[in-house]
Amino acid sequence: MAEILLIGRAASPGLAIGPVTILTAAVARRTASDDPAQEAAALRAAIEGARAEIAEQIKTIQGEVADILEFQVAMLEDDALAVAAYEVISVGITADHAWRLALDEEIAGYRAAEDEYFRARAADIIDIRDRVLAHLIGVDTVARIASGSIVAADDITPSTFLAADWSHGGAIALAGGSPSSHVAMLARARGAPMVVGLGPLSWNGQLPALALVDGDAGSVIFDPEPETRRLFEHRMAAANAALAEAEATSLAPAYTADGRRIVVLLNIAAPEELAGLDPAICDGIGLVRTEFLFEGSHGLPDEDTQYAVYRRILDWAQGRPVTIRTLDAGGDKPIKGLTIDSESNPFLGLRGIRLSLARPEVFRVQLRALSRAAVHGALKVMLPMIAVPTEFDRAAVMLDAEFAALRAEGIACARPPLGIMVEVPAAALRAEDFGAAFYSIGSNDLTQYTMAAARDIGAVADLNDAGNPAVLALIARTVEAARQRGVEVSLCGDAAGDTRLTTALLATGLSALSVAPVMVARLKAAIAKADSRVGS
Amino acid sequence: MHDVNASRSANAFVPLTASAVLVNAVGLHARPSVKLTQCAKGFTAKIEFALAPDGPWTDAKSPVKVMRVKAPQGATLHFRVAGPDGKAALAAVLALVHDGFGEA
Repeated sequence: MAEILLIGRAASPGLAIGPVTILTAAVARRTASDDPAQEAAALRAAIEGARAEIAEQIKTIQGEVADILEFQVAMLEDDALAVAAYEVISVGITADHAWRLALDEEIAGYRAAEDEYFRARAADIIDIRDRVLAHLIGVDTVARIASGSIVAADDITPSTFLAADWSHGGAIALAGGSPSSHVAMLARARGAPMVVGLGPLSWNGQLPALALVDGDAGSVIFDPEPETRRLFEHRMAAANAALAEAEATSLAPAYTADGRRIVVLLNIAAPEELAGLDPAICDGIGLVRTEFLFEGSHGLPDEDTQYAVYRRILDWAQGRPVTIRTLDAGGDKPIKGLTIDSESNPFLGLRGIRLSLARPEVFRVQLRALSRAAVHGALKVMLPMIAVPTEFDRAAVMLDAEFAALRAEGIACARPPLGIMVEVPAAALRAEDFGAAFYSIGSNDLTQYTMAAARDIGAVADLNDAGNPAVLALIARTVEAARQRGVEVSLCGDAAGDTRLTTALLATGLSALSVAPVMVARLKAAIAKADSRVGS
Repeated sequence: MHDVNASRSANAFVPLTASAVLVNAVGLHARPSVKLTQCAKGFTAKIEFALAPDGPWTDAKSPVKVMRVKAPQGATLHFRVAGPDGKAALAAVLALVHDGFGEA
C-alpha cells in the first residue's frame, strides 16, 4: 500500500512514530447480519460495552470531567435512547445504521435548542454515538489507546486525551481540531506532538497500521515507505539528541546570542507538576493557576487547605519568586457553585477578578491564605482579567484588610506584592494607570480579545495569532509602561513557549518568559539562538 | 428500567400532584437530570413531570426523556406521582428541585 501524506497545522511540537489507533468509527465498515435479532443483540452489546468503558474511566477522574462522563453513563443506561434504533432494526436496517439514525435525530434535537447550554450537549451525544459505533465496529477506543500510539480522529475531547498515557510517546493526528483548543494546550503541556486540520481521513478500505507525526511541520504520513520511515527515524534521533543536549543545559540560566539575560519561569496548574523537577531549571514560578483547588467535588477549599498548597509550592521554589494568580474562574473555566452558567458570552462576562469582587466571601479566604503563605518565600499575588484601575484598587484594599486582620489576630503573615495580569486590551493600553507592583502579560486572552477570535474555534484559528503586530504592539506598550514605572513585567501565555515567536517577543523588550515545565529546555535553546537586537 | 409490576400496581393509586420552580442556573441540564432520575428510580411509584399542569407528561426516571424537555431556569415543573411510596417520592423530587439540585 502506498504511503499517505497529509498536511495540516502544527498544534504541539515534536516528532513521533507509532502504531495507529483510530478513534472515529465512521471510516470503518462492519459486516452486518441479515438477522434483525442478531443486529439488535449486537447493538445491545455495543451499548453495554460503551457504558462499561466509561464507567471504568470515571474511576480515575474527578470533578467536572467525571460529571460529564456520569451523564453519558446515565444516558446509555436508559433504554429510551435506543428505542428508535431497535424499531428500525426490526424492519431490516443494520445495527450501526440504525444507531446512527436514532442518535443523529437526538443530536439534531439538541442542536435546535434555544438555550446555548442544551445546544452544547450535542457534543456529548456525538461522543455517545461514536463510542457505541466504535464498539459495534470493533475499533479500539479510548480505554484501549495503547501508550505510544498515534491517535487518529476527527477531533478528540480533553477527557479522551486525559484518559490515555502520554508518558511513553504517542501523538495525535486530527482531521479537524484547532491549535488553540484545550486538547492542544494539554498536548503541549504533556509533550505529545499534535497535528490538526488534516482534512477527511479516508483509508480506501484498509486501516493504516503505522504513522509518522511531524508536530513541527504539521504533517502526518500514514503507512510510510521503508525509506520514508528510515529518514524520519534519522530526524527523530537527531531531534532527541538535540533535546537531550538542551535538557542538559537547561539547568543553566538563559542568555540570548548577544548576551542578554532572560528570566525563564514556570507555569503550573497543580503542585503535582513540580514533583521530581529540579528548581534550578527555572528562575522561579511565573504563574500558579489556582483553579485546581476549586474544581474538586468537596466544595470551595477552606483557608488552611489553600495555605498548605501555597506553602508547598513556595517550599519547592527555595526562595525563588513564585507568582500565584487568584482564582480565575468563569469563561472557559466554570466552577460549580461559583460561576454563572447561563451567560450568553462567558468570555465577556463575570470572570476572573470580576467574579472575585462579586463574591468577596470567597475572595477573602484566598487572600488570607496567600498572606499567611507569604512568610514562607518570595510570594507575589496576581489578579486576573483586570480592565480598570478601580478593580485593582478594590482588591488591594481587601488584601490590606485581610493582612491587618491576621496581624491583629497574631497569626504569622506578610503582605505580598500585588500585580495584575495584562490580558484585557484596556489594561495593556493604559498599564501605567494601575498601581500594580508588577505586570504579567497573559497572551492567550490578550490575543483572543484583541483579535476577536476564540482560541477553540478552528474556523478562526488563523486569526488567533499572538504574533500579530497588533498583539505585539500591546505587549510592547505594557513593557514600556513597566520600564517607566520601574516594575517587573513577564509574559505567561502560550506565546512564551512558542519558539517561533521568541525573537519577536524579546524584541518588544520583554526579558522574562513563563512556560510549562516541559517547554523549558526548548525555550532556553531558542533563547540561546536569538539575537535580541534583531528587530528592535 | 421500567418495572412492569410497579407501573401496574401504580394504577391503583390516586396520582398526587405538586409543582416547583427550577431555581438552578441553567435549568434541568445534564447533572440535574441525572440527579432527578437517580432520585426517581429510588421509588417504585410512577413519577412524571410536565412544564404545564395538564402535560404532556415525561417519565422522570428516564434521563434521555428528561433532557429532551430542555426545561430552562425559571420553568415550573409540575409533578404527577402514583404508587405505594408516592408521598415520599413526591417529597423527595420536590426537595431536590427546591434545593437547586445541590448546585447553589
